[in-house]
Amino acid sequence: MFPLVAENLVVEFQGKHVLGPVDLRLDKGDIAVILGPNGSGKTSLLKALHGILKLKLGMVRWSCLETESVGKQMFVFQTPIMLRRSVFENLTYPLRLRKVSKAEANQRATEWLDRIALSASMQVPATRISGGEKQKLALARALITEPEMLFLDEPCAALDGKTTNEIESMLQSCVENGTTIMMSTHDIGQAKRLAKNIYFINKGKLECIQSAKTFFVKPSSINASKFIAGDIIE
Amino acid sequence: MNDIWDGIVQAFTLIYTLDPDLIKISLRSLQVTLSALAISCIIALPLAAILTIQRFKFRRFTIALLNALMGLPPVVVGLLVYIVLSRSGPFGVLDLLYTKTAMIIAQTIIITPLITSIAHQSLRELWSDYHDLLISMNTSHNQRIKTLLWDARRALLTASLAGFGRAIGEVGAIMIVGGNIDNATRVLTTAIALETSKGDFALALALGFVLILTTIALNIGTHWLSKTENEGRW
Repeated sequence: MFPLVAENLVVEFQGKHVLGPVDLRLDKGDIAVILGPNGSGKTSLLKALHGILKLKLGMVRWSCLETESVGKQMFVFQTPIMLRRSVFENLTYPLRLRKVSKAEANQRATEWLDRIALSASMQVPATRISGGEKQKLALARALITEPEMLFLDEPCAALDGKTTNEIESMLQSCVENGTTIMMSTHDIGQAKRLAKNIYFINKGKLECIQSAKTFFVKPSSINASKFIAGDIIE
Repeated sequence: MNDIWDGIVQAFTLIYTLDPDLIKISLRSLQVTLSALAISCIIALPLAAILTIQRFKFRRFTIALLNALMGLPPVVVGLLVYIVLSRSGPFGVLDLLYTKTAMIIAQTIIITPLITSIAHQSLRELWSDYHDLLISMNTSHNQRIKTLLWDARRALLTASLAGFGRAIGEVGAIMIVGGNIDNATRVLTTAIALETSKGDFALALALGFVLILTTIALNIGTHWLSKTENEGRW
C-alpha cells in the first residue's frame, strides 16, 4: 500500500483556493504530524489524501489498487461523528460493513470496549457519552478494522490531559502494530511527543517537511520558527 | 348535544357487544389502510433515502413536486383512479373498479408523497450528520441507505403514522373508486358519510368514535412496541 505519494494537490472550496499545490510522500510506519495555524489547510490536506475531498488538480497515489487502499484506511474527525446507536453497535458497525461475522464482530468490539474502558456503557447511546469518551470510541471504531493508514484531524482538541494521554497511548500502540499515522494538531507538545516527521503548512502550502527532531531545533521556514515560538503568523 | 351523547353511548354499545357489522367494517378499514400504508412505505422510504444521498439532474424538482403532492386533493385522485380503472380506461380489463384493490391504489397514491416528504426531511438531517463518516468508511450506496433507514427508524415511524392517519380518515377517493358497497367496499369513513346522509347522526358519530379510537390505539400500540419513549434508546 505504501508509499503514499501526493503530486501537485490543489483543493478549492466554493471557488476559493484552500490548499496547494502540495507534493508529499508518506512511508509505512511513519507518524506524520501536520502543524500549522488555524485555516492553514491541515484538515483539507488530510481529507484530500483520504479521498473525501474533491481535488481541483493533482493526484493521490498508493502503491496498490485504489479499491484495495480505500478499505485499508480510516479517518477520525475532530468532532467525533457518532452513529445514533449504542456504544457497542458503533464499534461493530465498520466490521459488519466489511462482512465480518456477527460473532467475531461482537468479540472484537467487547475487547475494544475493555481497552477504552467503556464496557459499562456498552448499551448507552453513543451520543450520550462525554466528549472524551466519544473521541476514544471514534478512535477505537477506526482501529477495530486494523487499518494500515489512519488519518486523524486534531483528535485531542478540547480534551483534558488524562484523555489526551489515553488517546496518545492508543496511537503509539497502533503504530507498534504496523499502522501508519498522519494527524493534524495545534498542540506543539503533542507533536513533540508523537511525531516522527513534521509537515508544516501555512496558507494552504507545505512550507517544510522535516524530521521532528530537526524541526523543533532548526525549522526550515521562518513561519515555522514563529509558530514554534508561539508568535502570531500573518 | 344529545346526538353527541347518543353517539358516545351507541359507540360503546357497539364495541361492547362486538357488533358484527362494526367489526367487519373496521377490519375492512384497517385492511385497506394498512395495505396501502405497507405499499407506500416500500416505495416512499427507499425513495426518500435515494433523494437524500443521491445527486441527479431533477432532484430538486422531484423534491418540490413531492412536497406539492402532499396536498393532493383525494377527490381528484379518486377521479383519476376511477377513469384509469373504469371499463373504458387503460386498466378496465382488470375489473378492479369498486373493489378493495382500487381503494388501496387510491390511498397509496394519496399517502406516498406525504410519507416520502416527511421521511426525506428526517433523513436529510441525519445525512448531514453522517455524511463525512459514511463517505470516509467507503460505504456503498446500499449500505448508506440501509444505515440511514435503520438509524432514522423512529422518525420514519412517525412519517408512516402520518400516512396512516391520512389514509384511514380519507373518504373522497375511496368513495369514488370503492362505491361504498355493503359487505364489499364499505369502510368506516364511507359508512359515516352514508349514515350522515341518512340522518342517523348517532350511528355516524358512533362510527366516528370507533375510527378515532382505532387510530389512537394503533398509534399508541406502535410507539409502545417500538419503545420510542424508552430511556436510553431511540
